[in-house]
Amino acid sequence: MLLLAVDTATPAVTVALHDGSSVLAAESQVDARRHGELLLPAVDRVLAGAGLKLDAVTDVVVGVGPGPYTGLRVGLVTALTFGSALGVPVHGLCTLDGLAHASGLEGPFVVVTDARRKEVYWARYADARTRLTEPAVDRPADIAGHEHVVGVPAVGAGALLHPEVFPDARGPEHQSAAALASLAAERLAAAASGGPGGDFLPALPLYLRRPDAQVPKNYKVVTPK
Amino acid sequence: MADEPLVLGIETSCDETGVGIVRGTTLLADAVASSVDEHARFGGVVPEVASRAHLEAMVPTIERALKEAGVSARDLDGIAVTAGPGLAGALLVGVSAAKSYAYALGKPLYGVNHLASHICVDQLEHGPLPEPTMALLVSGGHSSLLLAPDITSDVRPLGATIDDAAGEAFDKIARVLHLGFPGGPVIDRLAREGDPAAIAFPRGLTGPRDAAYDFSFSGLKTSVARWIEAKRNAGEEVPVRDVAASFQEAVVDVLTRKAVRACRDEGVDHLMIGGGVAANSRLRALAAERCERAGIRLRVPRPGLCTDNGAMVAALGAEMVARGRPASDWDLSADSSLPVTDPHVPGAAHGTDTGRHGGDHHDHLHELSKDNLYT
Ligand SMILES: [Zn+2]
Repeated sequence: MLLLAVDTATPAVTVALHDGSSVLAAESQVDARRHGELLLPAVDRVLAGAGLKLDAVTDVVVGVGPGPYTGLRVGLVTALTFGSALGVPVHGLCTLDGLAHASGLEGPFVVVTDARRKEVYWARYADARTRLTEPAVDRPADIAGHEHVVGVPAVGAGALLHPEVFPDARGPEHQSAAALASLAAERLAAAASGGPGGDFLPALPLYLRRPDAQVPKNYKVVTPK
Repeated sequence: MADEPLVLGIETSCDETGVGIVRGTTLLADAVASSVDEHARFGGVVPEVASRAHLEAMVPTIERALKEAGVSARDLDGIAVTAGPGLAGALLVGVSAAKSYAYALGKPLYGVNHLASHICVDQLEHGPLPEPTMALLVSGGHSSLLLAPDITSDVRPLGATIDDAAGEAFDKIARVLHLGFPGGPVIDRLAREGDPAAIAFPRGLTGPRDAAYDFSFSGLKTSVARWIEAKRNAGEEVPVRDVAASFQEAVVDVLTRKAVRACRDEGVDHLMIGGGVAANSRLRALAAERCERAGIRLRVPRPGLCTDNGAMVAALGAEMVARGRPASDWDLSADSSLPVTDPHVPGAAHGTDTGRHGGDHHDHLHELSKDNLYT
């Protein structure tokens, strides 16, 4: 098994290679504006770092968000195109699950990322491997009083940005493909041995918002009345 | 000829997800998935809607094109992609797909210019482009007169619209007439039953002191809208067919007049017309008439190749391969305002200046990619 994991749903452009038992190579760069430029050279360096070539990859893993749209699509289209060119499956994982996995927390907590426009993406977890709710997008103030949010740790950049709402905000701040790959490897191994856990999401974006599109107002009269 | 370059081209600059495959100047496949219906209710292309549709359509359209062409991706000599100009988010989907596809297959990547591609597509219809080529590009996004001594390296802008693109004017007038979006085809159809001389609409920028090759359609649009409103305010019925025909005549009169003049001034004896508006039947007819009178050979691709498509990108990519132009780097950007003077985006090691990266960086990447797969 050789997993290539990529995630561009957050400001991090992150790539990892996992052989089923450990991470062979990984790299993350945080630059919210250059996902398109940074991803492929990063894939190239990660493969070179592990001394492997892309055709050795057996599975592609991709963070499907939620995330601001433009960057999110870079990772998804890259993963899907690799999948098509190599003839290997593409497994989607919720980006928040990667942060949850990386946190290593045992008790209840929330993962919170920055959705821009003064909103956050978030979901509740029972532990580092178990998400309890569908990811949602909300204004921090609107979830501040939520009974399952008060008093629990909050992981991720979205939590760190809003300490008034998430007093127990903590890292990891950024998504890592290494965590995503480890989680995927666990799930694939569990599925291979007949157990549960092989559940992945389709490699489709979680936008959680409708496209910004204003239906133009009725034709504007140009003749002064 | 089997030794001509086999190239796959990806186009996502606006609302069409296009993937084309050519061998040299021979078209093998032209797969297009359009999101135009999703934009219709907005009366124009909505960038985020287009980007979402590109992501969904990208891989299926690539696979459909390969099947249609009956070739294996491994036999490709290169992957070309529109690097700009266009909608930033839409371009980014195509550029990201092209990069990963080229990388996975171990093929060179060519980021090419959308406008130069519109010109080069005519090679698929009428054979190699004469050099230099005079081109009139007219669509919803562009109205330009371009002189191309070498479509892979030297494209010179002679003139462009100073306000609306020609196709945009069609869309806006269609909206005033409540004809829906896009406006081009419906106005063309109605105009056939109307009188092009019924109403004397103005010809923008055709005065003796106006820029010889620039266009302006904003004044025409306002004038047509005023005329229609006056009719409506007077409680009279708007003669839709005559308005469509007279408006269309004003647009194509200026376009063809300036294009023919540019040919004459530059001593070029043929004219290529491309872009979505090149599908307009009156533009084709008037251009044919005026070119014939001026002794100019007219080249207009069939309508399906005039609108945005992947085949045009593949055609220019194949020309890049055939002429040994340098490939693009793996960090190729989607450049929404890529200048028309850049027919393609060569890797940093091949640029005329020293560029942002050292040559080592580029060589390093290509060294890795060369034996990356299947070799
Ligand atoms: Zn175009």
